[in-house]
Amino acid sequence: MDFFRQHILSIITYTPLVGAFLLLFIDKEKKDAIRWVANIVGFVGLIVSLPLWFWYNRADGGFQFLEQHEWIQAIGATYHFGADGISVLLILLTTVLGAIAILSSWTAIQNRVKEYYIFLLLLQVGMLGVFCALDFFLFYVFWEVMLVPMYFLIGVWGSDRRLYSAIKFFLYTLVGSVVMLLGILVLYFHMPEGQRTFDYVAMMNFLHASPLASNVARFVWLAFFLGFAIKVPMFPFHTWLPDAHTDAPTAGSVILAGVLLKMGTYGFIRFSLPLLPHESAYFKGMIAVLAIVGIIYGALVAMMQKDWKRLVAYSSVSHLGFVMLGMFCFNPNGVNGSVLQMINHGISTGGLFLIVGLVYERRHTRLISEYSGLSHVMPVYATYFMIIMLSSLGLPLLNGFIGEFTILQGAFQVSHVWAAFAVLGIILGAAYLLWLYQRTMFGEITNEKNRTLKDLNFREVATLLPLVILAFWIGIYPRPFFRILEKPVNRVVATVQPDKFALDADGNLVPANVNPAPAAPAAAMTNSAAPTPVPLAVSATTSVPVPGNK
Amino acid sequence: MFNQYFQPNDILIIYPELLLALFAMGVMIIDLFLDRAWKVLNAFTALVGIAYAAYALYRLKSNALNLSGYNHAILNDSFAIYFQFVFLIATALVILISARYLSIEGENRGDYYALILLSLIGMNFMVMGIDLITLYIALELMAVSEYILVGYLRTNRQSNEAAMKFFLLGAFSSGILLYGISLLYGISGSTDLRVIAQRLAERPSHDPIALVAVVTLTAGLLFKIGGVPFHQWLPDAYEGAPSTITTFISVAPKAASFALILRIFIVGLKPLETSWVPVLSVVCVLTMTLGNITAISQSNIKRLLAYSSIAHAGYLLLGLIAGNEYGITGIAIYFLVYAFMNIGIWTLVVAMRRKDLIGDQIQDMAGMIYKNPGAAVLMLVFLLSLAGIPPTAGFIGKYYLFASVIQTHHYVLAVIAVLNAAISLYYYFRVVVVMFMSEKTDEEKMTLSPGVLTSLAVTLVFTLLIGIYPEPFIRFAQNSLSLFQ
Repeated sequence: MDFFRQHILSIITYTPLVGAFLLLFIDKEKKDAIRWVANIVGFVGLIVSLPLWFWYNRADGGFQFLEQHEWIQAIGATYHFGADGISVLLILLTTVLGAIAILSSWTAIQNRVKEYYIFLLLLQVGMLGVFCALDFFLFYVFWEVMLVPMYFLIGVWGSDRRLYSAIKFFLYTLVGSVVMLLGILVLYFHMPEGQRTFDYVAMMNFLHASPLASNVARFVWLAFFLGFAIKVPMFPFHTWLPDAHTDAPTAGSVILAGVLLKMGTYGFIRFSLPLLPHESAYFKGMIAVLAIVGIIYGALVAMMQKDWKRLVAYSSVSHLGFVMLGMFCFNPNGVNGSVLQMINHGISTGGLFLIVGLVYERRHTRLISEYSGLSHVMPVYATYFMIIMLSSLGLPLLNGFIGEFTILQGAFQVSHVWAAFAVLGIILGAAYLLWLYQRTMFGEITNEKNRTLKDLNFREVATLLPLVILAFWIGIYPRPFFRILEKPVNRVVATVQPDKFALDADGNLVPANVNPAPAAPAAAMTNSAAPTPVPLAVSATTSVPVPGNK
Repeated sequence: MFNQYFQPNDILIIYPELLLALFAMGVMIIDLFLDRAWKVLNAFTALVGIAYAAYALYRLKSNALNLSGYNHAILNDSFAIYFQFVFLIATALVILISARYLSIEGENRGDYYALILLSLIGMNFMVMGIDLITLYIALELMAVSEYILVGYLRTNRQSNEAAMKFFLLGAFSSGILLYGISLLYGISGSTDLRVIAQRLAERPSHDPIALVAVVTLTAGLLFKIGGVPFHQWLPDAYEGAPSTITTFISVAPKAASFALILRIFIVGLKPLETSWVPVLSVVCVLTMTLGNITAISQSNIKRLLAYSSIAHAGYLLLGLIAGNEYGITGIAIYFLVYAFMNIGIWTLVVAMRRKDLIGDQIQDMAGMIYKNPGAAVLMLVFLLSLAGIPPTAGFIGKYYLFASVIQTHHYVLAVIAVLNAAISLYYYFRVVVVMFMSEKTDEEKMTLSPGVLTSLAVTLVFTLLIGIYPEPFIRFAQNSLSLFQ
């Protein structure tokens, strides 16, 4: 048990890898055996990640479950894993959606089953690693590792123009990430010889103590921006998204929308904001404008889609605009809402893609005009669709409302104009989703093929039910989620706006002193107990909170 | 017998090369007594020679002798020893895959292995020499062996044509190189690179004669590594040569030429840095970009890999332009990595060759995942490594090279380089698409000889190992930093 506690993040990350390895030894003709093993691995992966929720010490709010081992001493890269409240939520989202994605593929995937599950599990490893890594080099490795399995998932098991979409996804993301790598390297070489390290905590402390020249720092910020913004994707880097989402198999779309996009927003909140706070503030206006354009443009384009899946894909562009807008409010409301909305978007949009996948598997078409009156033949299906659709458009008592409301609160505190434009996005969101629901679920059955459609079976309900439960939980009682986010978000806010906010000894936000000392942001990010100036020693002090002491 | 120009110690320093020369002769003599069925023993003899030389080299490394000999014409420092290990590894892998291929082509003779060993001796001297005359002779020994090997398939028109082109252009470029060497000698009165560096430092910074010397030297050397605009011979030679020889010349001689360039530019021409860095920067950008863009439209896997190898030469120039510790370590580790990943992929191309199939079209790999899943996955790993995607070894190599130019603030160069890396992914994945996402066109599976299997196992293990745990390999590559002493 002790071993499990000390290595929990590694165990979570590599459980799917072990599963992929096991699958190698199963005969590829024994499809059901492969499915069972993959599903069990997915479920085990979910189970081993659940302790994070209970063991995370919310009062501390720093990085916990730390693991650090020597890796490449020659360049100062270490194997450094750790998670704060933000990562814990994203890791849990990944394991939940991972298990659901595996379960949803049972009948949808009929050819090359073995390879399919291997790639799906490898993808899971890459994503979990990204959220666990506290070393830039390690982070980058996982960030890229995940591209290859996704490429194959789209390219082999996708539909229509799958090859085009797959390579477009790969190249787009790759361009962003290699430019980001250059940004990381500039930060790395900013440190004096002998002290150079890729360790996140050490690097941050060093940057706060001796910042980069502002013109260089802006380029570094833009390099990060390119890497993360393509992944989010922010307008105008979103063009890979509709293709990739539409042509991917259902499970691929669920993972893409649910988790992959969060890697971009996670990158902003974990790296861009704390490492380069001044530059983040400098580019705040640009992000807000792009986010708002994304919100409205995404919604308008979604409304015009004839293809059901493409509509959901464009709705992602709009929803991720909210996440970015909230984050760049730089106040507790905005950032809290932003992180919560990442989770919400995973639940709602992941659910919407499952919904599309269910009818696509039955009818092999995604054209909205092919469907109408489905609620007559598939009442259970229509009910689940209704709940998930309402959660996506932000109806009170469901999760989307909490996220969007908090973000708007944050935006309103910063600028009334931002908030006004963002509200427009919510209205449009309601319009395209309700219209979609009306066209597909209500009315008479016009297409005879739809008359014989079967309603959901037990397995299909099992894929949707967890999402619906989560949607209600967050919608009715979001406090546990805000509670786990509070301290980590406070740290981010205090780092980005040292002139407005400071942290007290317990990690709560207080108004900043009139004359903040220049070292304030650096102290804010270290563990409040012992802010030592030596970078590597700091990461050692953060390891004090053992996951056990709740 | 011994005098001031020839000491007992001198023999010791070149002991590995003496062994190799002995074995090269031995292979040819043994070959005379071998039946057709026993020709595989030639490969075995050559491998024993290489193993023996590697052991001698290892002893040399750990004995820490004074490794300067022949009146300071030879310097067997840890830089040289590191590169010799790379050559030995690459050559051994190539010999492993040669026997089966040669017997399919009906040219299984001992002189093939003798020539490879002679070429290896030339390469070893190229990294040991610190005197321009020694370097030039070593270069020619390597090059002449290669010309013959490229044309080794006597009855194959393509092979002959490739050899002729390679030879003519090679001879021409050697002439230009020699011209540059003579100019340097004229300026400094010495052929020792260290003395040349001193003399050049005493001259005015923009000396036109020195500039002409640099330009001619650069032109001659760029030819050897296939730098744009001296790259035209390369795709033809790679396509026409026997696949095993292409495997060889795409790795070992390229590494040797690069080591030679490092020695000349970092030791000898350091004082003229301000004049050669801009020139090489332009060449570097052109080489990367042209190599990658041209590779996109190739339908022949050998030509595709040829253009990809031009692009890789461009990436490697980044390390030279940076000229710092990161850059030199980067070039060193890149060649170690390149030896494994490139030989790995070429081994698969060699294995595609059957009695009835040349196997050099990308389309010949259609549906490989159904027929030879193992080979397809290996190919994927090597392609990812060439594209520099972690956790493969190629990423570590690219990381070092890109980092080196960031350290010296060549930001524009760095951005162009990483964008090129993204372009390269596109054509590498064209091969992946054919292997994994098209239907198979025939049923016949690949047959892998024991030699090919060994080579594949070694290359795969190291391609992944260097990618996941590069620490010991980086330490090993840092031996090359003795270049700066």
